Amino acid sequence: MAWETVIGLEIHSQLKTKSKIFSGASTAFGATPNSQACAVDLGLPGVLPVLNKEAVVMAIRFGLAVGAKVNKRSIFDRKNYFYPDLPKGYQISQFELPVVGEGEIEITTEDGVTKKIGITRAHLEEDAGKSIHDLYDDYTAIDLNRAGTPLLEIVSDPDMSSAKEAVAYAKKIHALVQYIGICDGNMQEGSFRCDANVSIRKKGAEKLGTRAELKNINSFKFLEKAINLEVERQQDILEEGGSVVQETRLYDSVKNETRSMRSKEEANDYRYFPDPDLLPVEVDDELLQQIRANLPELPTEKKQRFVGELGLNDYDAEVLTSQKAVADYFEAMLEVGADSKLSANWVMGELSAILNKNQIDIEGCPVSAQAFAGLVMRISDDTISGKIAKDVFKAMWRGEGSADEIIDSKGLKQMTDSSAIEGVIDEIIANNVPQVEQYKGGNTKLLGFFVGQVMKATQGKANPKQVNQLLNEKLS
Amino acid sequence: MLHKLTVTELSKGLKNKEFSSVELTKHFLDRINQSDLNAFITVTDDLALNQAKAADAKIANGSAGILTGIPYAHKDIFCTTGVKTSAGSKILDPFISPYDATVSHKLNSADTVMLGKANMDELAMGSSNEKSYYGPVKNPWDKNKVPGGSSGGSAAAVAGRLSPFATGTDTGGSIRQPASLCGITGIKPTYGRVSRYGMIAYASSLDQAGPLTQTAEDAALVMNVMAGFDDKDSTSVDRAVPDYTKNLENSIEGLKIGLPKEFFSEGLDSGVAETVMAAVKEFESMGASVQEVSLPNSAHAIPTYYIVAPCECSSNLSRLDGVRYGYRCEDPKDLEDLYLRSRSEGFGPEVKRRIMIGAYALSAGYYDAYYLKAQKVRHLISEDFKKAFQDVDVIMGPVSPTTAFDLGSFTDSVSMYLADIYTLSLNLAGLPGMSIPAGFSNNMPVGLQLIGNYWSEELLLNAAHQFQGQTDWHAQMPEGV
Amino acid sequence: MSLSEQQVKEIAHLARLSVDDGELEQTTAELNNILGLMADLAKIDTEGVSPMAHPLNMSQRLREDEVSEIDQSEAFQAIAPQTGQSHFLVPTVIE
Repeated sequence: MAWETVIGLEIHSQLKTKSKIFSGASTAFGATPNSQACAVDLGLPGVLPVLNKEAVVMAIRFGLAVGAKVNKRSIFDRKNYFYPDLPKGYQISQFELPVVGEGEIEITTEDGVTKKIGITRAHLEEDAGKSIHDLYDDYTAIDLNRAGTPLLEIVSDPDMSSAKEAVAYAKKIHALVQYIGICDGNMQEGSFRCDANVSIRKKGAEKLGTRAELKNINSFKFLEKAINLEVERQQDILEEGGSVVQETRLYDSVKNETRSMRSKEEANDYRYFPDPDLLPVEVDDELLQQIRANLPELPTEKKQRFVGELGLNDYDAEVLTSQKAVADYFEAMLEVGADSKLSANWVMGELSAILNKNQIDIEGCPVSAQAFAGLVMRISDDTISGKIAKDVFKAMWRGEGSADEIIDSKGLKQMTDSSAIEGVIDEIIANNVPQVEQYKGGNTKLLGFFVGQVMKATQGKANPKQVNQLLNEKLS
Repeated sequence: MLHKLTVTELSKGLKNKEFSSVELTKHFLDRINQSDLNAFITVTDDLALNQAKAADAKIANGSAGILTGIPYAHKDIFCTTGVKTSAGSKILDPFISPYDATVSHKLNSADTVMLGKANMDELAMGSSNEKSYYGPVKNPWDKNKVPGGSSGGSAAAVAGRLSPFATGTDTGGSIRQPASLCGITGIKPTYGRVSRYGMIAYASSLDQAGPLTQTAEDAALVMNVMAGFDDKDSTSVDRAVPDYTKNLENSIEGLKIGLPKEFFSEGLDSGVAETVMAAVKEFESMGASVQEVSLPNSAHAIPTYYIVAPCECSSNLSRLDGVRYGYRCEDPKDLEDLYLRSRSEGFGPEVKRRIMIGAYALSAGYYDAYYLKAQKVRHLISEDFKKAFQDVDVIMGPVSPTTAFDLGSFTDSVSMYLADIYTLSLNLAGLPGMSIPAGFSNNMPVGLQLIGNYWSEELLLNAAHQFQGQTDWHAQMPEGV
Repeated sequence: MSLSEQQVKEIAHLARLSVDDGELEQTTAELNNILGLMADLAKIDTEGVSPMAHPLNMSQRLREDEVSEIDQSEAFQAIAPQTGQSHFLVPTVIE
């Protein structure tokens, strides 16, 4: 039987505010447990929340970036449930009237297909603390440092029909929140978390199937795996004549399986109601204008500019703008004067290969954009060839100095003196008489052989263009 | 006879060095320790004497304010650093607050002397003070009767002259009703006037703090300290605080008084009705005019309040879970057991009933019929007042349908709820209200309720002060005081 | 609308309160007695009336994004029922 998959994502994006959404405690990651949980975060009796303006501004920034309706009036509600890392016994969230309404975003999958994904809403809420189960034998340990960290929950429409699309969407949102400076995007630290609602239905069926909500996914790779696992699981159930149960399932990356979360299984009745400690949030036109004016260039705008102004092709522009840090690096190179197309090739080629190999983000790259531009510029001005440049880059990576320093100290400067190159060529022609004859007899493929010999003799320093030209002259 | 003096008189005496704050404080501590009213949950002798010494130093060096060195009883609902803050509940019996409520902070900054934490109905739920984990408070006028609630300890302390003034909170009448039943003055300000930060929440959209005193003049003095904007409370209003003592002497000639016909119908004790009407006559004799007004939805205040308040409290009290502070049951076998037993052993029956009513009224399938419906009716109730205040300056009526009833006389929740009929509606609307001594019925005090428009505390205090200039009900004391 | 004993059990559990079987009948009766008070609400015409969640018609004040709190964990943990080195402890939770 043919099935089709329907996926919607709920992305929890921690906002990069200095202080928490409802208290003045720090949001810094990695502090001593509970040292950043103040009276409000602990839910002491009598404490009250006061809303952080920056959290609202950041949410609106996101809304504007996805062309969504920003609600001029939004309401904070209480979502009531008991859990030890939820200090007040309720989470302050937005239920009926979120700050951001409907919007959409365009994704491009690996096969280059573009698709619009609807965004249902994005709302502000507070994060919970952390429960640590493996620290004590008979106890769960509670750290409330994270409690009260602002979250923007971005809810998509069920518009994705494959794990790949879901990943493309998640990556797109991931890039966007970093672009607009509202989230650091660190998935390891939990700053960006995805829950996936997955269901399947018979191809062509109108009604959605019963969905399972997958939680605890902390990388794009796991997102893809978890969804595919879940789709398979649901197919097996349906094909055996069973029915899928609506439930929350935890993804276990170690065992590569999803399992039912029984503890959260009981019929949850969250009893949402407007939080009487908070008043309706009103966003006036002035604030909206101000946020709009301060909105940075968005990835789609940047991509268009890279194509239009820099003459990059669509694919390169897409890759370079898919992560803000990469785009920033690339643009920093251009600022120093490096050629755009050559820089694009080198960033997407050598640089990204070595970063991948060493599993380093571009932010942690030991070669600065300025230094890397210095290398690319030596290629442009024919100081070194592309081939030599690769070696210079390796030396730069090892910290041996700038491109110029390495070129100087190793004497890698390209030979551009044609009489010197001519001398080498003459010698090679003299030493390879049979090949010369074959060439002249019509085996023009041998030109490569002669080029190779010249490059070898000059230790790669001869300008390849010049070598080709001179060889053509001498051998004709 | 220091304990019989008003705050105003004590302030003068301290300033003129007729007595010291330490003397005053010791005198009240002695009275508290000899009292059998059970008005206090905690008596803070050492802290009080230290504060009194500090106050005396300020008086000596001339830097004293009006309330410097004046002792008071603090309702146990306000967090006080280093002092048990139980809100009358077992679940907070072990809770030594690590921080100060804004009201506590303001009173400290005014150099007042905290004698102790006043008894109250558990978590402010009750109208008789019989629901305290620490036992019932007795009415100083008749120790077989209740003092009212939930600020029963506060009212009894002032009426019994165990404290010159007390703090209270009023969610559905918890300042006005005990003030009425104990024959003292109490004011519940406009919602948003006094910070709720550090005041253990019962129903957040209804709770408001205010003073209980002998006189309106004293209430004005304490309001000057308690009122004001607080950036820690989102529902606090950034609005200048007037000097509440400034207009106390204004004439009330021409004051337009409205009497809601719904407040004088069946259920009102005839003795209370007569006493209230006599007080209204007194206002007329002072040049006020009286007319009938209508609050047609006021009867709906009971079901509305008893949905809204339980909904909010069911959520507000979820934090009392035995995890981070407060009572935890012994040897919980798992998390579920910890929650269930800590909360079931920690809360009293009335609190549990309200939590369950609230949880039900918010639950899926019932939210619209209960919570949402109640909030709509609340709007109607508030509109009634808006209309009435187009014609009158102050609305007057009874506070409670009867005088103080016997301890133990109410066995079910509902009949107790019905007695809140005259006080609930203004909390729902957020309006200010006062109770002032208006006379006696069957030898028990009767309070007159004054309801004002938003932010009209000055006018209420002015009218009350003028009334107290013409009458001496507020100066009456229980026998043996 | 009146509550069944089963509903009372469910509500109690939502609120993490235990109602013993011995108390169930009485608790149900008490709650139904209270709910009886609310019966008239349904009869009130609220067509077109907006719900009033707050007594005052105001909007939320916004706080500047500043860290204003210092570490007070020692004081906070001193009043906790059970703590580890710097954590609050509860019996092991099985997820």
